[in-house]
Amino acid sequence: MTDLITATPGATAEGNQEMRARSELTAREVMREVGAVLRMTETQAATLATDNVDPTEVSEDQSMIINMGPQHPSTHGVLRLMLELQGERVLRCKPIIGYLHTGMEKTGEDLTFMQGGTNVTRMDYLSPLNNELVFSMAVEKLLGIDEDIPERAVWMRMLLSELNRMSSHLLFLATNGMDIGAVSMMIYGWREREEVLRFFQKVTGLRMNHNFIRPGGLAADLPGGWRDDVLDILDRLPDRLAEYDVLMTEQPIWRERLQGVGVITAQEAVALGATGPILRSTGVAWDLRRDMPYLRYDDVEFDVIVGSYGDAFDRYAIRLNEIRESMRIVRRILDRMPSGDYRIQDKKVTPPPRARIDESMEALIHHFKIFTEGFKVPEGEVYVAIESPRGEIGCYIVSDGSPKPYRIHMRAPSFVNIQCLPHMMRDGLVADAVAVISSVDPVLGEVDR
Amino acid sequence: MDNDATATEHAPAPTRYGCRISDSRGQVVIHPTRDTYIATLKVLVDDTFVSCTDLTAVDYSAYASRVGRPTERFEVVLNLISLERRERLRVRVAVPESDPTLDSAFDLYPGTEAMEREVYDMFGIEFVGHPDLSRILMPEDWVGHPLRKDYAIGRIPVQFKGSPS
Repeated sequence: MTDLITATPGATAEGNQEMRARSELTAREVMREVGAVLRMTETQAATLATDNVDPTEVSEDQSMIINMGPQHPSTHGVLRLMLELQGERVLRCKPIIGYLHTGMEKTGEDLTFMQGGTNVTRMDYLSPLNNELVFSMAVEKLLGIDEDIPERAVWMRMLLSELNRMSSHLLFLATNGMDIGAVSMMIYGWREREEVLRFFQKVTGLRMNHNFIRPGGLAADLPGGWRDDVLDILDRLPDRLAEYDVLMTEQPIWRERLQGVGVITAQEAVALGATGPILRSTGVAWDLRRDMPYLRYDDVEFDVIVGSYGDAFDRYAIRLNEIRESMRIVRRILDRMPSGDYRIQDKKVTPPPRARIDESMEALIHHFKIFTEGFKVPEGEVYVAIESPRGEIGCYIVSDGSPKPYRIHMRAPSFVNIQCLPHMMRDGLVADAVAVISSVDPVLGEVDR
Repeated sequence: MDNDATATEHAPAPTRYGCRISDSRGQVVIHPTRDTYIATLKVLVDDTFVSCTDLTAVDYSAYASRVGRPTERFEVVLNLISLERRERLRVRVAVPESDPTLDSAFDLYPGTEAMEREVYDMFGIEFVGHPDLSRILMPEDWVGHPLRKDYAIGRIPVQFKGSPS
């Protein structure tokens, strides 16, 4: 906790974002926090405000507002939470974001469709390939070539997307362990993630921010020996995951720390627009890979992991088991990987092969034009969404017929999921706040964009 | 969809939920007016579109093409989802420049709280009835709305070492 401020109005100098003390809380404000989600009337919300707390008991000198973050190791970056505490209990919580805002949507309007990938890949830096995928799919839909992507490119995209899901969830296990005090888990999680990243480095040349999935296909074919590398990861992981089960899932302290903490109901989650493991932890079986299949997800078999209590433990267990499901999908992809082109042979979006540039003037001009000017995309607007490790990641692009998107908007799952925090933290303990933030698994680069 | 083989060139524009609909690359878009916006959303909520996954806006003031350019400067875009029918629906509402306000969808979709704040922050569109309409990404005292097209991109003058003057 970096900052300790007593509950005097105006003490935080944060203008409208300020959270006032409970004693002067209006029904309207409580309504905003919970009432509207639970479909309550204002009077009901007003009684709720005083329901579990005796207003005389919580006077201004007994409850206090503290700032958690933005510089706090457990906030996964620069998330700031204003917590109103009464002793150890969290009465209210308000997330404040924007510390990492760099105007990436504005930047995106100034980059061509060719360059756009480098921008979006930096938003959710833990699943960059999913960002690139959704951006590329949106551009392809605008171009009208989304049905013509070669089979091999489609399956390669699936392979990378699933491996990325594994690496992202492994990092979640690491940070979740670290936040709760299972520090050895942190080292294990990073170690396993590194195996996947090493494969990414071999394929794309970079560990993160690949810009590998591009409109029209991929930047390059899979390197020789890729199958052995993937099999190596697949063979190594199951034992490690079993180890995690012993280390955490079956461990009483771990369960005690997570079970019943940060509970959210299905009704709340749907109303708040939450997606991904948060929605699934409440028992709603909603996975875009199954419910609105893209790529070739209807050709592979996998289970949608669903929780039942909507608590932090369910969210942990869902992510752990989604790694196993992703491994199932990856095995299937290895069997099915077709041969052929890794990008569409459409002169409009695909640069000529390197060898052609040496012998053909036209190819050189074409190459130069496509990388300086970019390609023009027909007028229109489109919204494409896929399932990223954190939920529905969507890309809304408006094109006015020029080589740059007129407007590009990314529907970031973390941005929406973070709104669940006040509901999860309500009436919990301040020590559990860390577990709750961790279980939402926000990536602040994507929240603030 | 309401219009199929029977629709001819002279048939009235297709409607759904009482609003004009259009097709954008195979995706269904409905266009309520500002006055029918909330009423339409209410109908949609009852018609299983219970979750609003995304709310954003577009500033069309610098739109190059004359063909698809909307008449008003701003458009608020919502992406709704029906978990039951596994269906998506996009809602586009025109908001004029002279009076950039729109009723808040917060009462129907509480998840739009942050998204409407973001649109307010980035475009300056005010949502009437929003519980806490304040800047969310930019600092509190920021002047201007960055995603508007007349908001210039910042530049820092760079002086290269050894370059003439």
